Amino acid sequence: MAFKRVVVTGLGALTPIGNDVPTYWSNLAAGMSGAGLITKFDASKFRTHFACELKGVDVTQYIPRQEARKMDAFTHYALIATEEAVKDAELNLDAIDKNKVGVIWGSGIGGLKSFEDEMIDYAKGDGTPRINPFFIVRMIADSASGQISMRYGFRGTNYVTVSACASTNNAIIDALNYIRLGRLNMCVVGGSEAAVTKAGIGGFNANRALSERNDSPETASRPYDKDRDGFVMGEGAGALILEEYEHAQSRGAKIYAELIGGGMSSDAYHITAPHPDGLGAFLGMQDALNDAGIAPEEIDYINTHGTSTPIGDPQELKAIYQLFGEHSFKMNISSTKSMTGHLLGAAGAVEAIACIKAMEHQLVPPTINHFTDDDEIDSRFNLTFNTAQERSITTVMSNAFGFGGHNAIVIFRKPS
Amino acid sequence: MSDIAQKVKNIIVEKLGVEESEVTPEASFTNDLGADSLDTVELIMEFEKEFNLPIPDDEAEKISTVGLAIEYLEKHIGK
Repeated sequence: MAFKRVVVTGLGALTPIGNDVPTYWSNLAAGMSGAGLITKFDASKFRTHFACELKGVDVTQYIPRQEARKMDAFTHYALIATEEAVKDAELNLDAIDKNKVGVIWGSGIGGLKSFEDEMIDYAKGDGTPRINPFFIVRMIADSASGQISMRYGFRGTNYVTVSACASTNNAIIDALNYIRLGRLNMCVVGGSEAAVTKAGIGGFNANRALSERNDSPETASRPYDKDRDGFVMGEGAGALILEEYEHAQSRGAKIYAELIGGGMSSDAYHITAPHPDGLGAFLGMQDALNDAGIAPEEIDYINTHGTSTPIGDPQELKAIYQLFGEHSFKMNISSTKSMTGHLLGAAGAVEAIACIKAMEHQLVPPTINHFTDDDEIDSRFNLTFNTAQERSITTVMSNAFGFGGHNAIVIFRKPS
Repeated sequence: MSDIAQKVKNIIVEKLGVEESEVTPEASFTNDLGADSLDTVELIMEFEKEFNLPIPDDEAEKISTVGLAIEYLEKHIGK
């Protein structure tokens, strides 16, 4: 049986540098930082005082207050980004077979704040549990895909992938395969995260993953810079409508890109540190190229995982060099986390959108905040430092790696 | 209207997102005010918190309307 082709027909984004796709893209192209001091809680006693928070989001504009209060913020973000993507895809919900539309969402953590608030409240009492009946449904990670299905009546495959910061790419690859096999006509994929909370910042501070550059939040996320000192937490969501090619054509949909392959692997090495030789990253990228059936030389741009951590950044580049050889120096590479911060489980979602818009505009978004070269990083890589670069882009790769050693990589191609 | 009745009304308006005018004594949480079973559990818990009064499960099950809630609370508070 021949596999069916899968295309992207809708995009939605809610990010620290833009609450919709056009704003997000123009700020990516302009090299804007989304970082600032944390406003969501008093972080003055934490090691890190800043994050890339969302700005000016009025949830009740999208979700009735009565519904919204039964959801965690990560589900609000999921619904807001999905709404933009569904509108963008110009779906006629009465004309499509909604039983063949799935929702596969990614979240690294789920409703962290809901958990935190309820337990703080419990700890203030005398030990008698007075747990809110909506506590579990707010918190569990799969509530995002469930809520999306209820809103639109999409009755196909529905679940959430949890593989830390690789979550969305796993969701995208699962959906790719279901559509290829003819099990779904369409699938809403994406990811959302809302971990700028006491537990989120405190927890990632405790394992020393976050930047502590409190005197300069905007320059803290500096992948590949010599003085990088950890990632900057981001929050938000991205959503993509994946659709079987002929289904998209028959309804005259605008086609942004073809999703031509996905690769997955595991480091099988350490719960937080990446494999010292980048082995898992290498295997995952190789698997993605094989799945897409393309040669390494066909990749024009890699949107890296590149979180701005001292260990992770060079190891990913090591893996890229191992797989791509001299071509590593001919392609463009950038980490848009320099601008958005690290959206954890939603990173793959907003970065897939960055890749697709990069192809549309033939413009590579930059790795901002480059001040000092790192001797550990080969200067022959074109890391697209500080300003966007125009180039011909036909095929792009987006990498996502997660605590636990999960690697998930997707490849998109410009529609011919 | 008693102080208790007003507080009960406020909680219902807040939690169920309904207009105060809909919150009549005979209004049923599920049939008239759009509550599902979880909403009802939440309402009882809010009453317990607001009035610092534990409501046993077998009693809570009987409180299905605004009037029954007010009646129960008025009877048990301060005794």
